Amino acid sequence: MTTSEKYVTAAYLVVLAVVLLYVILYSFKLSRLEREVAELTELAQRRRAA
Amino acid sequence: MTYFADVAALARKDILLELRSRDTLPAMLLFVVSALVVFHFSLPSDASVTASTGLLWIALLFTALLGLGRAFTAEREQRVLDGLVLAPCDRSAIWLAKSLGVLVFLGVAEAVALPAYALFFGPVGWELVAAVLLADLGLAAVGTLLAAMAAASRARELLLPLLFLPLVIPVVVGGVGATVVDDPGRYLGFLALYDLIFAILSWASFEYVVAE
Amino acid sequence: MSLRNNQAVLLATAASVLLVAGLALALFWAPEDADQGFSQRIFYVHVPIALTAYACFGWAAWKALRLLWTREPRYDLESYTAVHMGVIFGILTLVTGSIWAKISWGVWWTWSERQLTLFLVLFLFYCAYFMLRFSVESGPRRANLSAVYALFGVALIPVSFLAIRLAENFIHPVVFTRDGPQMSGSMFLVFCVCLAAMLGLFASLYTNELTGKRLDARLRELREAVE
Repeated sequence: MTTSEKYVTAAYLVVLAVVLLYVILYSFKLSRLEREVAELTELAQRRRAA
Repeated sequence: MTYFADVAALARKDILLELRSRDTLPAMLLFVVSALVVFHFSLPSDASVTASTGLLWIALLFTALLGLGRAFTAEREQRVLDGLVLAPCDRSAIWLAKSLGVLVFLGVAEAVALPAYALFFGPVGWELVAAVLLADLGLAAVGTLLAAMAAASRARELLLPLLFLPLVIPVVVGGVGATVVDDPGRYLGFLALYDLIFAILSWASFEYVVAE
Repeated sequence: MSLRNNQAVLLATAASVLLVAGLALALFWAPEDADQGFSQRIFYVHVPIALTAYACFGWAAWKALRLLWTREPRYDLESYTAVHMGVIFGILTLVTGSIWAKISWGVWWTWSERQLTLFLVLFLFYCAYFMLRFSVESGPRRANLSAVYALFGVALIPVSFLAIRLAENFIHPVVFTRDGPQMSGSMFLVFCVCLAAMLGLFASLYTNELTGKRLDARLRELREAVE
């Protein structure tokens, strides 16, 4: 690969990397949301039982 | 016409307050002269006119920041801003009055800074004076609005420079350009355009900034 | 609710298809540029991303205007998310632009590239937007301040661009030339596909991000109701 081809590929890879990074961070957020929903459901059920 | 009466009353209050307490203006004057002296030491000996002009504009910017940082502290400390906002005057009148006050302070600071610059560095032409006057309008307009925003935040003095500097980059370009280029008309025109756009924008949006 | 979800899925699918198609076209099908050779192909990522960033900021300003107009709090979240996306695309613009500068002129940064300088100024401006948001308590006050600031940002774009052009007359005139986009028809087609792809990417990420933030807010409300 010539130098310029390397740089062009690098640019495309950077874009891909940022998008994938976003996906990873977002999956963290989703698991946190899941945990919170579970917590709140438990709290609500306890409230209802009481 | 009561609008302008309100503006005049508010502006006069600010200026009278400053004349009595004498804290902001002397600080601005001392700061700008100190800054110019520091710049003398930071410029290499073969520095061009452009370099020293650029530094003058930086000094003016930071002097403006100094003054703006104090623009709303008095109100905030005395909780007067809430009272002002409840007063039966158009909120934008507060902005106009404050901007006029800031303008006056900037003008006084520059009345000291420009002679000092002429003394330390090089001659001051009519283009520089015109550019400074035009730039003052923009800096006062935008700065007053941003100072109100910063006053509403927790970070206050920390936040104002962050908000201020990106917005006034065009002012620096216009000011330095008008001073160093042969044909300053375009740059002075650009400064006027900046003033117009951002003064109108600031005037229109100030009431949203102070509203609770 | 399920209708909104379908919209999100549709957007994501469309964006993915367009993105893959656009990048494939850009790398394989687009004709080679006579002057710059293979390195010109960065143009197909860099410029669409830059235009999408402008679109993000414009969208944020529109939502900000709606907030100030109608005072409905949902516009604050929408405006904030758009600015967030705009900064991400802005960073990408700066990085891809920097790589392009490296290829074309061997330097990682050059002030003579107007778009790049403009993006740097905007990047600073919108980073300050986040500082503003972080230092004000959440509520209508923060929403109003953010909205006004977002509007100022959009006014700043043309004014800054003009300033940068004017500045070139007295700032260090580095003689870097680059031929303007004299694109052939097929090049233009690839460009349009890539532009649509980036805009689609923005739309898709924006929708997901917004849903996530709304869920956050609702869960907070729920927590307060239950505890």
